[in-house]
Amino acid sequence: MKQTSNRGLVWRLVLFTAGSFAFGFALVPLYSVLCQVWNTGNRWYGKQTAEASVIERPVSDRVVTIELVANIPQAGAWEFKSQAPTMKVHPGKLYSTSFYARNLTDGAVVAQAVPSIAPQTIARYFRKTECFCFTPQNFAAGEGRDMPVRFIVDPDLPPDIDRITLAYSFFSAPQVAAVSR
Amino acid sequence: MNAVTATHAGDHHDHDHKPKGIGRWLFATNHKDIGTMYLVFSCIMFFIGGAMALAIRAELFQPGMQFFDPGFYNQLVTNHALVMIFGAVMPAFVGLANWMIPLQIGAPDMALPRMNNYSFWILPFAFTLLLGSLFTPSGGPAGGWTMYPPLSLQSGNSFPMMIFAVHLMGASSIMGAINVIVTILNMRAPGMSLLKLPLFCWTWLITAYLLIAVMPVLAGAVTMLLTDHYFGTSFFNPAGGGDPVMFQHIFWFFGHPEVYILILPAFGIVSEIIPTFSRKPMFGYDAMVYATASIAFLSFIVWAHHMFTVGMPLAGQMFFMMSTMLIAVPTGVKVFNWTTTMWKGSLSFEPPMLFALAFLFLFTIGGFSGLMLAIVPADYQYQDTYFVVAHFHYVLVPGAVFAIMAAVYYWLPKWTGTMYDMTLAKWHFWVSTVSVNVLFFPQHFLGLAGMPRRIPDYNVQFTDWNVVSSVGGFVFGFSQLLFVWVIIKAVRGGPPATAKVWDGDMTGLEWSVPSPAPYHSFETPPDMH
Repeated sequence: MKQTSNRGLVWRLVLFTAGSFAFGFALVPLYSVLCQVWNTGNRWYGKQTAEASVIERPVSDRVVTIELVANIPQAGAWEFKSQAPTMKVHPGKLYSTSFYARNLTDGAVVAQAVPSIAPQTIARYFRKTECFCFTPQNFAAGEGRDMPVRFIVDPDLPPDIDRITLAYSFFSAPQVAAVSR
Repeated sequence: MNAVTATHAGDHHDHDHKPKGIGRWLFATNHKDIGTMYLVFSCIMFFIGGAMALAIRAELFQPGMQFFDPGFYNQLVTNHALVMIFGAVMPAFVGLANWMIPLQIGAPDMALPRMNNYSFWILPFAFTLLLGSLFTPSGGPAGGWTMYPPLSLQSGNSFPMMIFAVHLMGASSIMGAINVIVTILNMRAPGMSLLKLPLFCWTWLITAYLLIAVMPVLAGAVTMLLTDHYFGTSFFNPAGGGDPVMFQHIFWFFGHPEVYILILPAFGIVSEIIPTFSRKPMFGYDAMVYATASIAFLSFIVWAHHMFTVGMPLAGQMFFMMSTMLIAVPTGVKVFNWTTTMWKGSLSFEPPMLFALAFLFLFTIGGFSGLMLAIVPADYQYQDTYFVVAHFHYVLVPGAVFAIMAAVYYWLPKWTGTMYDMTLAKWHFWVSTVSVNVLFFPQHFLGLAGMPRRIPDYNVQFTDWNVVSSVGGFVFGFSQLLFVWVIIKAVRGGPPATAKVWDGDMTGLEWSVPSPAPYHSFETPPDMH
């Protein structure tokens, strides 16, 4: 059996180790791709953009309850609430609602809302044509305002689903401003 | 025979040329010295981690808050895990590898002695950093050894100290692993083909590859935590488009192979001991090698069973459930091979064999509870309860730790040249084995009844089994002082051991050198053709 020299073998093993380190970082984009393919994971919701066009096909004999949840992960910095806790909607019809946010600090802040939909598996049937979560929001000191969301529930929504939760977490995100989204 | 060996060993002492004073240890390049330092370090860490465990068991002795506030309790839990995994079990295996691999393959030393020195001396710095963080104003890391964000990012000054400690531990084990691979691949005695390699070396070779494959992934994950905290990146921060669940995936991609890093060398040790005390060759040597390799391969595709409940597609849950159960096949091969080795053997029950047998029974119990946890629908009940705690302590304490103790009792006469006190060692065995079951078995019941992990207080209905578990914990903890006493007694002197030490037909090269093994051994390699 032919042997590699110690030096050669050490270099190969060091390269192997460096490769493993790089692989750890390669898992980041890999995870995004897999989440998109399997339609899961918050990473994908965070990057969601507006639907280009939707066609209204209302199903008037079916009612789905939409629960609207407002979360503030960093206590004290924000007032954040939904206009109404729940809405009754017909699949295939375009609706609009809004969330109210107020900056409680005495400085200008950039905010980012991160949406989450439950149950996770039906997220692709919940389509947003307009959302304050698509872009970072600028708030002056003490400023408060209503921010709109327009959405349509796909009529192909599985028949056993009668309740969808749309939750937003509202973050102060100075680092987001630097990143163009 | 004894007298002959003793004179022979005495002759060798004159030619040893051991470096003198503290420099012998600070600048050590001798594999036996470095092995000894690793083992002593591991023993100290075992007692530090054990003291934390006893503090935890004291707090859980009765419901309500006794000694610590919940914050400090969480620091105890987190540091107990980090110290035991990275400070006690892993360095013990590296110490055994340093001592035994060159002796088993007929090499004069490890391939990279200088790096060997660095990889050991990094460890005291790493653990000073980690344990030092306990004395910072904000206390030590308290978010669990798994370091899940965002919780781990909220732990104040201890956070960067923990991250750098983990980096250092990782660097140390990567260097140790590279050393083991180069030693085994390049320095075997002429004629020792890979399929003549002792099983302890085989399991270590595979473990070393696991180490260089996954320790860098952990380094990457904790680096991402660090940049998220200090440099505004958003790997795990949802505000910037990141996902905390991704940390769990990356962490357990490291974490599951890590579990096998902690157990494969133990398999190797047991595969050395059982044939010796059965006076039969290992049954199915080739099968053992391939089973070890299969377990190592499977360890890379099962990680998400640690996080079934965070949300993943049904297909993913099915895949990870099935692949996890598949591990039972090569592990079963091993357990059956050990059992078959004993079949119709001429068994004797010296302390190493007793510990190896306890390993066989009790590790298998841990394996079975692992199979229960692998079942997705059942995992929704078991996850985050004491059932999980019972499971991994069964595989790690009467599994990995018992195997390390078996190895020490097996090779100690080779290291010290004296026979240790067998009666005391058997006392150590029986007290440990009974108490370890009193300690961990009731935790299965607590978990099934719904007692959550990592909480300092509990509902009164859980009191009785917690009392039992705590009593077992204190007996087990203090019985380990017997272990130290046996070792100290043997180091100080005792009846001289023969070169072969045990009455068996062992063919390992380590039994061909006198006891104690001379400072420099196999300067001319033995011919294994």
